[in-house]
Amino acid sequence: MAEHTIKAFDEEIDKLRGLIAEMGGRAEAAIENAMLALQRQDKNLAAQVVADDKRIDAIEAEVEKLVIQVIALRAPMANDLRDVIAALKIVGVVERIGDYAKNIAKRVPLIAANQRTLEPVSLLPSMGQVAAEMVHDALNAFAARDADLALAVIERDTVVDDFYNSVFRSLVTYMVENPKTISECAHLLFVAKNIERIGDHATNVAEMVYYAATGQMAPERERGGTQPLED
Amino acid sequence: MMHEPQTLVPATETKMTARDVKVFYGDKQAIKGVSIDVDMDNVTAFIGPSGCGKSTFLRTLNRMNDTVASARVEGTITLDGENIYAPTMDVVQLRARVGMVFQKPNPFPKSIYENIAYGPRIHGLAHGKADLDVIVEKSLRRAGLWDEVKDRLQDSGTALSGGQQQRLCIGRAIAVEPEVILMDEPCSALDPIATAKIEELIHELRGRYAIVIVTHNMQQAARVSQRTAFFHLGELVEYGVTSDIFTNPRQERTKDYITGRYG
Repeated sequence: MAEHTIKAFDEEIDKLRGLIAEMGGRAEAAIENAMLALQRQDKNLAAQVVADDKRIDAIEAEVEKLVIQVIALRAPMANDLRDVIAALKIVGVVERIGDYAKNIAKRVPLIAANQRTLEPVSLLPSMGQVAAEMVHDALNAFAARDADLALAVIERDTVVDDFYNSVFRSLVTYMVENPKTISECAHLLFVAKNIERIGDHATNVAEMVYYAATGQMAPERERGGTQPLED
Repeated sequence: MMHEPQTLVPATETKMTARDVKVFYGDKQAIKGVSIDVDMDNVTAFIGPSGCGKSTFLRTLNRMNDTVASARVEGTITLDGENIYAPTMDVVQLRARVGMVFQKPNPFPKSIYENIAYGPRIHGLAHGKADLDVIVEKSLRRAGLWDEVKDRLQDSGTALSGGQQQRLCIGRAIAVEPEVILMDEPCSALDPIATAKIEELIHELRGRYAIVIVTHNMQQAARVSQRTAFFHLGELVEYGVTSDIFTNPRQERTKDYITGRYG
């Protein structure tokens, strides 16, 4: 894309995009580390995820400040306007994604307190991986202004929803058969729900990326939904 | 008829139509086949870099280019379906129907009253002083100037501030009951407050007159118009709904210009 006549404008847009790339990378790492901590029952790693979330929050504040500055001083138009508005909305969503990862990490010590390995846990790492990849791809799509990649992310949300439905069913079954595990299973249910929400948020990011790249709203997708709540 | 600012309304009446308009200054072609419709219900803004032809094109709409010896106009421009370049067209009458406001306020060196009364008098729109008084008050009210000048109508028009002078010129254009008002960068010599008053005035006049405004200030085009035309190198590159042009232009050249990537 051609450069702005005013160089400082380009520098601000570049800085904005750089911050969002960093934030996306950190959110993705938070999800992966939270899941790893859960699998390995690694309390130190979990504590690290909680601590690292502060930087994600700080980036959100920095981006908000920069976006306000750009709007006030540069009066961005067209694709520039869409970029900065998308940036503002994306950081709000990625911050939430970071919070979900942090929430998963905070549950690790509670689940780890009981050393038994629960069978439904086996699905969670794959589910977490799909969600982390969605976050990764949504942010890559923003960096590359790639509408097709954004659409691919939106379509993948049903995979996470399907995972969630499976985990929900197996956890309920497991709790019925092993009432002593209800406390841990309840935590795991929240973990699954958090990952499911991360998938939804990654989808929201992808929708904003699609809008920023094309100027059109993303096509309405089929919402698979999370059946357990709809029964 | 008042409209919500910024909202495009379906055009009920196409006022002026240009088809394949070409303008030459001697050998140089300044306008390269422009076709556009201007309607009564929406303000149309012409934007583009200096030398793109937007002012030249604006001037073809009331034959101001007739005064330039080397200028030649091809194509068709109609006002209510009537060809304004037809030999039978009375140019003086045309310019009363299609009024113009210029970049620099240019009131006559006469009283405020006379600035407004002059046009209606020579066009025979008033019979006697009482008629003229009514027209002067109505025009100054519509131009948003009445309250500021009603007690000093005999003062010279040139004694007013720049913003007041420009509203006086708009009042002068309104006084002869035009159908179209062309504005050529009407705020470029005004401060932000005077500019805001003119922009508010444009909103109030919308619907009563077809309004076309040429502006270098893209924020102004975004604020006052519902349709925007982007000119570049004598071509009409893109003509569309203002909110679309400024959020999602179709043409690369439009995008580069409005985002400040031009040149």
